[in-house]
Amino acid sequence: MAVSDTKRSPTRRRQPSNAKSILGLTGPAYLWLIVTILLPLAAMFYFSFLSDVPLPGRDWQVTLSNYAAFFQEDFYRTLMLRSLRLGFEVALWCFLIGFPCAYVLAKTIKGRWREALFLMVIIPFWSNALIRVFSWTMVLRGNGILESLLDWLIPGFGSLRLMFTYEAVVIGLVHSYLPYMILTCYISLSTIDDDLIDAARSMGASRLTVLRRIILPLSMPGIVAGAVLIFVPVIGSFMEPRILGGREGTFLGTVIEDQFTSVFNWPLGAALSFILLACVLIIFAIFQPILRRAS
Amino acid sequence: MKGYGFIRSIALVAALSTATGLAQADTIRVLNWQGYGTDEDWSLEQFEKATGNTVAHEYFNSEQEMLTKLRTNPGTYDVVLVNSAYTQQAAREGLIQPLDLADFPHSDGLQPRLARNSNLLHDGKLFGVAWLWGVTSFAINTGAFDAKPNSIMELWNPAHAGRLGWRDDAVESCQFAALATGQDINDPSDYDLIRERLHALKPQIRTFWNSENEWNQYMASGEFDLATYWSGSAARSKNNFGLPIEFIVPREGAIAWLDGLSLPTDAPHPEAAKQFIDWMIDPEFYVQWDTEVGAPISANEKAVAQLPDGAFNKTLIEELKTVNTLPFMGPMSDATREKMLEVWQETKTFYQE
Repeated sequence: MAVSDTKRSPTRRRQPSNAKSILGLTGPAYLWLIVTILLPLAAMFYFSFLSDVPLPGRDWQVTLSNYAAFFQEDFYRTLMLRSLRLGFEVALWCFLIGFPCAYVLAKTIKGRWREALFLMVIIPFWSNALIRVFSWTMVLRGNGILESLLDWLIPGFGSLRLMFTYEAVVIGLVHSYLPYMILTCYISLSTIDDDLIDAARSMGASRLTVLRRIILPLSMPGIVAGAVLIFVPVIGSFMEPRILGGREGTFLGTVIEDQFTSVFNWPLGAALSFILLACVLIIFAIFQPILRRAS
Repeated sequence: MKGYGFIRSIALVAALSTATGLAQADTIRVLNWQGYGTDEDWSLEQFEKATGNTVAHEYFNSEQEMLTKLRTNPGTYDVVLVNSAYTQQAAREGLIQPLDLADFPHSDGLQPRLARNSNLLHDGKLFGVAWLWGVTSFAINTGAFDAKPNSIMELWNPAHAGRLGWRDDAVESCQFAALATGQDINDPSDYDLIRERLHALKPQIRTFWNSENEWNQYMASGEFDLATYWSGSAARSKNNFGLPIEFIVPREGAIAWLDGLSLPTDAPHPEAAKQFIDWMIDPEFYVQWDTEVGAPISANEKAVAQLPDGAFNKTLIEELKTVNTLPFMGPMSDATREKMLEVWQETKTFYQE
């Protein structure tokens, strides 16, 4: 009796204060989000329907021409597809490189070594992204660190011609976003019960079957989360393509940046950004069944 | 020369003080790019000694910002640097006031085509004192050329495939193409021709550069045989960084720009401001500035003539006399600017395929 009483009474007392505590705990975060994200975003959405930046001394009216421009000019669509392809490729490479790494961290290595290896994954996060990209320019450029090393290993190796190419952009972006994939995969891999793997092995499943039928399906939430976290920022990226891509570094992100910084055409830049956002939402809607099953 | 300028300044101050009846020292506010001549400490010290006036600075980072500052702070600034492509707009909006060159004793040395450049005029009145000018063209790595090229078509020469550095700038790109196809750089009529020329650069371009610093790095690491460049920057890269480069003035011409100094409409200290502008076009200031720091070409012919023989700007001004046309960057409508960006972005997309 006494036990059940103590169990029941706190629940009764908690009931009325529940709403208040939810508000108290989540309120600041949501207020912050509304002020810093939602309001500026709404302002940008409004800008995207104007013919000019609404400043004193400028004529402007409400128009759809910024959105129409995207459909009138073929090159915006070409760039959109190129940006989406970049997003897919970078997410794929992050998965191919990050997943095995996360698997080893979660299942094979234990104790202090795991902490040390984790640190090595996270350390790049501590340095400024711009510095990381400029380090890559030193590695990739002609007669740079990579070519010198290869030339030393294999005399007469010649030139890779990697700098200022699409591949250079992919390399830089994969490096920047790899930790996201490793961390999300690690979390879902470490929740897989080792007994499941042992059971499958004892019933004669090959290592490949175990990977295909047990590990991959169970870690899917982490893989999907990582892929989404990488895909979304990569399709809007402009800094890495500009520095590493050179002549081949034009994407929708760089074109949007140009509208804001070089011609002061905020409305068109905003419209292109929202079209990009709409594309992302459409892609997520199409993949919704897969995403839901995965998580 | 020094003593002469000094005495002249004293005389000017004396004349002004008798005219106004009071010889009080003013603090004038100058609106300019940072590090662009008006804020050299040694010069300001001399100016204060000569006239008693002190100079305070405020900086802008873009022409639009400069115009916004003039619009929102009337009666604050005494001197403002206005690129001649924007002088007419500023005059039309009533932000700057008409000037008389007679108020500026050193203006007698100004090159006539610069002093009364059509871009500095609005309604037949002069709104800016021509101060500095320069050209945008290209520079070569002397190690990669046997002889100095003299045509803008060198940029399209297949011998330099994958060796050309290009500035990622829509207006400049279209202006180069306009120059190569003999069109008006400020309002080209045939954008198809421009597009065709820019598309033809696809095999040529190694990469884009965006700042002088980047340009120096790429040139030093051997990425470029030739690259578009600004004359003033070329002087610095050659003299201060010791890069093996040569600035080329093609016979077809180059894209010229002109910066003028203007007086905002409600300048609080107009007399001191005029003294300062005259100080800026004084050969004595220019020679020291160009020799010790490096500067674009002075609009004052006497100033350029006083540079030591072999000085970059002295040679350049001689070469510029030989070209067919020297179109100046002039006022440009928003529609033209946006059209140029569209053509350039379309071209950059073509480069990807």
